[in-house]
Amino acid sequence: MTANRTTLRVALLVAPILLSLLITAVLVLAVGKDPIEVMTAILEGAFRNSNAIAGVVNFWIPLTFACLGLVITFTAGLWNIGVEGQMMMGAVFASWAARTIVLPTPLLIPIEIVLAMAGGAFWGVLVGVLRVRLGVNEIFGGVALNALASVIVIYLISGPWQPPEGGSAQSTPPFPAESLLPEMSPEFPVSLLALVLALVIILTVYFALRGTRWGLNLKATGKNPRSALLLGVPTTQTALSAFIVCGAIAGIGGAYRVLFTFDSLRPLPSGGIGFLGLLVVLMVANHPLIAPIVGFVFATILAGSTRLRVVLQLDQSLAEVLQGFVVLLVLMANGLRGRILSSPRSSPEVVQEQPAPTTVTSAAEAASHE
Amino acid sequence: MEIELQHIHKRFGRVHANNDISMKLRGGRIIGVLGENGAGKSTLMKILSGYQPADSGAILIDGREVDYHGPQAAIAVGVGMLQQDPLDVPAFTVVENFLYGQPPAMTRREARAKLAQISREFGFELDPETPSARLSIGQRQQLEIVRLLALGVRTLILDEPTTGISAQQKTILFDALQALSREQGMTVLLVSHKLEDVIALCDEVVVLRAGRLVGDKMMPATKAELVQLMFGQEIAPQERSSGHIGDAVLELDSVTIQDRRVRVESLSMNVRAGEVIGLAGLDGSGQEALMRACVGLINVAGGRVRLNGRDLTRQSYRDRMHAGLAFSAAGRLEEGLVAGLTLTEHMALMDNSRAMIDWPAARQLSGKQIERYNVRGRAEDRIETLSGGNQQRWLMALLPEQPRVMILEQPTRGLDIDSARWVWQLLLDRRAHGTAIIFNSPDLDEIVTYSDRIIVFFAGRFHVIEDASTATVDALGHLIGGNFEEAAR
Amino acid sequence: MNEELLNILQTLVTSSSPLVIAALGETITERAGVVNLSLDGSITLAAAVGFIAAVGSGSTLIGILAAMLTGALVALIIVVADIELKQDQVAIGFVLTLLAASLAQFIGQSYTRVRGPELPFVSLTFLKDIPFLGPVFFTDHNPLVYVSFILVFATWWWMFRTRPGLALRAVGERPESAFARGTNVNRLRYIYTLVGGALVGLAGAAYSLSIKPGWTNPPAMRGDGWIALAIVIFGGWHPFRVVLGAYLFAGLRAISSAIQRSPDVQIPLVLINALPWLLMIGTLLLVSSGAIERLLRALPRSAQVWTRNILRSDPPAALGTRFEEH
Repeated sequence: MTANRTTLRVALLVAPILLSLLITAVLVLAVGKDPIEVMTAILEGAFRNSNAIAGVVNFWIPLTFACLGLVITFTAGLWNIGVEGQMMMGAVFASWAARTIVLPTPLLIPIEIVLAMAGGAFWGVLVGVLRVRLGVNEIFGGVALNALASVIVIYLISGPWQPPEGGSAQSTPPFPAESLLPEMSPEFPVSLLALVLALVIILTVYFALRGTRWGLNLKATGKNPRSALLLGVPTTQTALSAFIVCGAIAGIGGAYRVLFTFDSLRPLPSGGIGFLGLLVVLMVANHPLIAPIVGFVFATILAGSTRLRVVLQLDQSLAEVLQGFVVLLVLMANGLRGRILSSPRSSPEVVQEQPAPTTVTSAAEAASHE
Repeated sequence: MEIELQHIHKRFGRVHANNDISMKLRGGRIIGVLGENGAGKSTLMKILSGYQPADSGAILIDGREVDYHGPQAAIAVGVGMLQQDPLDVPAFTVVENFLYGQPPAMTRREARAKLAQISREFGFELDPETPSARLSIGQRQQLEIVRLLALGVRTLILDEPTTGISAQQKTILFDALQALSREQGMTVLLVSHKLEDVIALCDEVVVLRAGRLVGDKMMPATKAELVQLMFGQEIAPQERSSGHIGDAVLELDSVTIQDRRVRVESLSMNVRAGEVIGLAGLDGSGQEALMRACVGLINVAGGRVRLNGRDLTRQSYRDRMHAGLAFSAAGRLEEGLVAGLTLTEHMALMDNSRAMIDWPAARQLSGKQIERYNVRGRAEDRIETLSGGNQQRWLMALLPEQPRVMILEQPTRGLDIDSARWVWQLLLDRRAHGTAIIFNSPDLDEIVTYSDRIIVFFAGRFHVIEDASTATVDALGHLIGGNFEEAAR
Repeated sequence: MNEELLNILQTLVTSSSPLVIAALGETITERAGVVNLSLDGSITLAAAVGFIAAVGSGSTLIGILAAMLTGALVALIIVVADIELKQDQVAIGFVLTLLAASLAQFIGQSYTRVRGPELPFVSLTFLKDIPFLGPVFFTDHNPLVYVSFILVFATWWWMFRTRPGLALRAVGERPESAFARGTNVNRLRYIYTLVGGALVGLAGAAYSLSIKPGWTNPPAMRGDGWIALAIVIFGGWHPFRVVLGAYLFAGLRAISSAIQRSPDVQIPLVLINALPWLLMIGTLLLVSSGAIERLLRALPRSAQVWTRNILRSDPPAALGTRFEEH
């Protein structure tokens, strides 16, 4: 019985991944390419030398920031689709500091990071206020604020911050070298500082959720805001704080993109990494330690796929397709597992699950209560 | 129409809700299905009316075994059930609710005519164009009865129909049920835990206890006999008791409340230490709004709320809790407990004092409270795995030890008599130490038994009974229907 | 009548038709209690599939059918994940939003700048000669615009004037009551989610076969799915108000781009680009912040009842919840 169950669990973990690979392979065949070549190209793109590996890490770092922020909002039962915009605003604020403030690197970097956090938190709190004070569902607020952030970035690049030779809408002029995050070595161009910061954030979020009153407040608010309020949890502030903290952490991810990955502000500086973070966190059911691990796999695919266009003239969206299928099928396999395990004779509590905390339109309900 | 149940079994997890129940129900009679909360009577009736399948057993109608799936199939053989919370669609108008589920050929016009005709027959007043959401429970029951009759039901099951309706509505209902059985030869099954209703209406009773059929009896029978059957022992009626009443603690100074359903205009009242105030009224008449306004979940539109002279009117719910109020809502798992959190996590939530949680201390405290409040469950269990009675105990265990005023929505909702009495024992202990209690209940007995003062609400208007010992259930029943003028005379 | 104004209005009716169709589809789905959040992705994917199918077959009809099938297929995944696998509709819908958009981009990569068949422009005899209405609503539109007109009335009629419509609404409002009346709740949710999804797919075809013909990267309709979802809320889940919302939205967008093109008004581009999203937040604010309720209270009591009926915007009570019979 238990052995069967273990087999089942493993099978339902492996099957969706294999199936997504299969679907992707079929797609590749359909456009007349060889799936094996695609796979090789991706792996080469990710691991062919230390520079390539650094490329993976450079995706992983901002992705991890996004994931850890999202773990917090998801714990509070909030769909922070606005994470993408929060990264962008982090990038914008960091860019402002990099362009404007003249200080030696060790002094400037902390200022940039703090400003990036402020920018992300600002964009997060807007979604939060729309949600908890004004009853606009955070999904819609987030989508709109993502778009607005993107508009702002493009405005800055083609307007006030355009290169002296004229706006090409491609990027701002490069930031001064003192304002950029230093790299570990030319062979392994990764920012040690950011790496350490990511690890610190992982552990902080993990322990904050387990051991602090704030973490418990988030959990209670996420599972049932009405009850939480009656038990004395300040649900409105808790929800707002989740948006603020998530925005701040995501903002660092945005700063990393402009201060290290690029050396300037470009259109869509977040590059879809926030959305990818949402997928990762959904897939790992909101676990703060597993998210970075799965995130690494996704970062590998993302970094490796940059080579697809060079080698095979294939659109990079193939990587997103693969990632999307993996997450979709993993979630469906979770459901299948629940369905099989909750067959009549097993424990009754599986059936008793609460309806999902967020439905698109019950937006105001949780907050309007206070 | 004769119904026979044979060896019905039904389990929910560990609970054996129906345990080998067999009975024969003769046609043309009003039969009381008696038992306390949790005895399994609703489950049995849901099985009979197709809402739930039995795990095993058979249903015979007029000697032939039927095997139906779903309530519509049960209606097709003539068995219809009125649920405690009538199953209408709130967004639909009365006529839409009536029409939905009738044979496909029926037009809106025919529906309107038929609705009017059956309503007239029983003295029901139903306006076809009113949205169901704006009806009282009594009217929604009437609508559902009319609907089931139009579908040709010959056996009508009613689940606790007298809870939450006024005395006037009850009279209309009982007249209708009597007419149905005496004149039209229908079988009526009245599910109830209220002996008075059963005695007043029924020709015979069947009694369930802890999932088993423990007896049946032809009426008339005395209350004592029925109690003996229901509980297997005699239960002394709860004595009225009064504590020492002190000075005013909570002052309401011409408070005006406006919520979505009702407006309560300038209510003034002093709640004194050690006093129990019972709020009576049909669902949504203003009593819930008043309680929620007291604790700050609804803003008052005018007036002041003071606790020990301190103005709380603009304070938040949390501040009022710190000031010495305590509140628990009617829906335990909707508003009160957080499904998905363990007992210990609930306990940790109550400690506001520091930023880090001391888990060992929280676990220890939970263990202590589990013992003290006699909760069947472990500290690491998720709250939703406990039974309703044990959830209520844990909710009580979470409330502060000695608040100034406890404000409780339906504190014994859905509890069996042991749990209910246990809850009240606990509350009365706290009252003895000077805590004032404000509560409401659809069970008028409970209000009469435990209150020192009673406030009756009807559509936002209110009537105060200064000395609750003069109140009777019957008089209250008329008051909640809005007969304030009569009471004043 | 001002020729230019009529032209603008005529263009407006054309360009808003995909929004109308998609929002109506989502209205039907949500009325049955299911949220199909994937609109932004499924419209895009349906547009791509529809265009590719049309190019491959040379027939716009096949393109339309392929697009509808695509929309229905995405919707099917959501409803299966919800009912059979007990997964959160919003989560699955969001994953599909991204997945469908990426998939569209991938399969569309070799079709950028390809010219394919386009829907013809049709005027309706007799109707086109009605003053004002004729030139705006019945002249030189692609057939899907006329389909959108029919859909509005058909949806309304089905929901509020037929017996199956009662069941549809009951399933989204209170499934327990629907079950008590013999309605197969989950089967209806399957059906209406698929129907809604097919309409979302049709909206995609309206883009790629007529309004923004062809395939581009990034896709021309990116973002409109979210707008359609917001319009459903703004429209209070009522077909007429939903259509009004779609026209209002498209109208404001058209005005702003007209202003942008006129030489004597200088409006920064950034504002034009931000406008749809500011509008989206603004409309949602209007319906969700209690502004309407406050407005109602200011009216005399006699007027309150019918204005409330028109303006009420409560979502279907069981939206996003799961129903199990026992």
